[in-house]
Amino acid sequence: MRKKFSSALIKIILLAAGCLFCAPVLFLLSGSVMSRYELNQSLLPLMADQDELITWAFFPRYPTFQHYLRILFQTPQFFVVFWNSMKIAVLTLAGQFFIAVPAAWAFSVYRFRGRKILFTLYIVLMLMPFQVTMLSSYLVLNHLELLDSHSAIILPAVFSAFPVFLIYRDFCNLPKGLIEAARIDGAGEWKIFFRIGLPLASGGILSAGVLGFLEYWSLIEQPMAFLEDQTLWPLSLYLPEIGPEQAGYSFVAAVITLIPAVFVFLAGREYLEQGITASAVKE
Amino acid sequence: MGGVNMKRRRKASGKSHAWIAFLLPSFSGVTVFVLIPFLDVVRRSFLTAVTGEWAGLRNYRNVFDNQAFRLAIHNTVRFTAVCLPLLIGLGLFMAVFLSRLKQIQLMKSLFLFPLAMPAATVVLIWKMVFSRQGFFNGILFMAGILPEGILPDHMGTGASFWVLVFSYVWKNLGYTMVLWLAGIFAVPYSMSEAARVDGAGEWQIFWRVVFPNLKSSLYTITVLSFLNSFKVFREAYLVAGSYPHEDMYLLQHLFNNWFINLELDKMAAAAVCVGGVLFLVILLLQRVWKV
Repeated sequence: MRKKFSSALIKIILLAAGCLFCAPVLFLLSGSVMSRYELNQSLLPLMADQDELITWAFFPRYPTFQHYLRILFQTPQFFVVFWNSMKIAVLTLAGQFFIAVPAAWAFSVYRFRGRKILFTLYIVLMLMPFQVTMLSSYLVLNHLELLDSHSAIILPAVFSAFPVFLIYRDFCNLPKGLIEAARIDGAGEWKIFFRIGLPLASGGILSAGVLGFLEYWSLIEQPMAFLEDQTLWPLSLYLPEIGPEQAGYSFVAAVITLIPAVFVFLAGREYLEQGITASAVKE
Repeated sequence: MGGVNMKRRRKASGKSHAWIAFLLPSFSGVTVFVLIPFLDVVRRSFLTAVTGEWAGLRNYRNVFDNQAFRLAIHNTVRFTAVCLPLLIGLGLFMAVFLSRLKQIQLMKSLFLFPLAMPAATVVLIWKMVFSRQGFFNGILFMAGILPEGILPDHMGTGASFWVLVFSYVWKNLGYTMVLWLAGIFAVPYSMSEAARVDGAGEWQIFWRVVFPNLKSSLYTITVLSFLNSFKVFREAYLVAGSYPHEDMYLLQHLFNNWFINLELDKMAAAAVCVGGVLFLVILLLQRVWKV
């Protein structure tokens, strides 16, 4: 009895904490349907730097979709920025699929000389923060004349080591006998890869895709360093540029930025978790 | 017969070299975009920026004499020293409780959700919460901690460091929890069951039976949390710009500012140093935990 009670209590406390963690979304949603007048009233102390606290109504008194309409019908540059983000995220993931999956296959199925050193190299590269490789990326992008184009963001990301590592884990779980059996039956190496490897590793590939999308959808450092032309900017750079006097606009822009990420998060929740866990099991 | 033999042999040799075809696209990309340019950075770290003359260790000396560099190192180390134990400990604590409940799917999703929120969308909220007029002061005021008429600023002062810590924990707690949970569930149930039969309490079982088996989880969680700690730059930059309060001026700000000012020689030397240190830390951690 006591045990049941304490477990219910724990559950309630954790649930409350979890809801608190997601509360920022409520701010964004309520702010996006708040009328301009009400927003100004609420945020005035902040904008005018008064000695008063701001107030907030999670259920706006006069809900309106005026900001949504404005962004959808009167702000063409928003679409440009939105598609920039989409293009960067989708092309990066597509590129990673073609590059990382075969590489992961090579590491997990074949035992070749130098494999261990190469794999350690990939792990180290995966773990290096952007700031360490920033200058080297700049030098090579400059040399290839790719600066100030989306390729400057997409190409280096395509060769990221992280998806290789994630998908590698999945390939390692394939029963070795299966591949041997296929070979004895006379299947070529490519056939084995396409017919056995790809279908059975789809979980790992999706995991890499979900984690990757969340990462590339919110890139800041790379576009900030390599894109000067504002028409090429992704949402994540454009959003903070919206001034506080356009609060309604920036709430709506934030909500729209959030939608694809939340969609991927909800649709790929299971794979997201698998991906996180896969990075933990020891080599 | 001979034909079959030939076929077999060709297949065998094909097998031993097939890995090259699979790995080549990835490895050549890594070589072109990372390895060669990084070697170039190492070379440049010994040259002067403008004329390209040999400078020996002068760039390195300049970096280490640089006030901003010292400040950034100090803050980054401080941030890591505060955040990692906090995040890892809190994550473990929550994971232990979660592991005893049934149906934790929803719970995990709630805590993972911040991972899906782009930094750019969060910044707006942080401003509303932590500025002088924000909700955090409102809560402090209601709790009676804050006397009337005083509204401390949490963004432009030393307190901004703690806002950053909070932001980091908020974003990464779910990730860490899921990692710990995977480690906890990987411990064979029969082991804790045996201890339970012997009359051990729940906490005793955790510390004596489960925890010793979480070593390799601890390694990966430490490494991943450390890496993710570099990404707080996003929030820090979006909230406070290139030159935030000096308590949260991190290495990431420094690199960014050197990049903008085209101080490439310093950047090269610092990239080699930081990269080298990280490399050693990764190897050392691997050694310590023997994974």
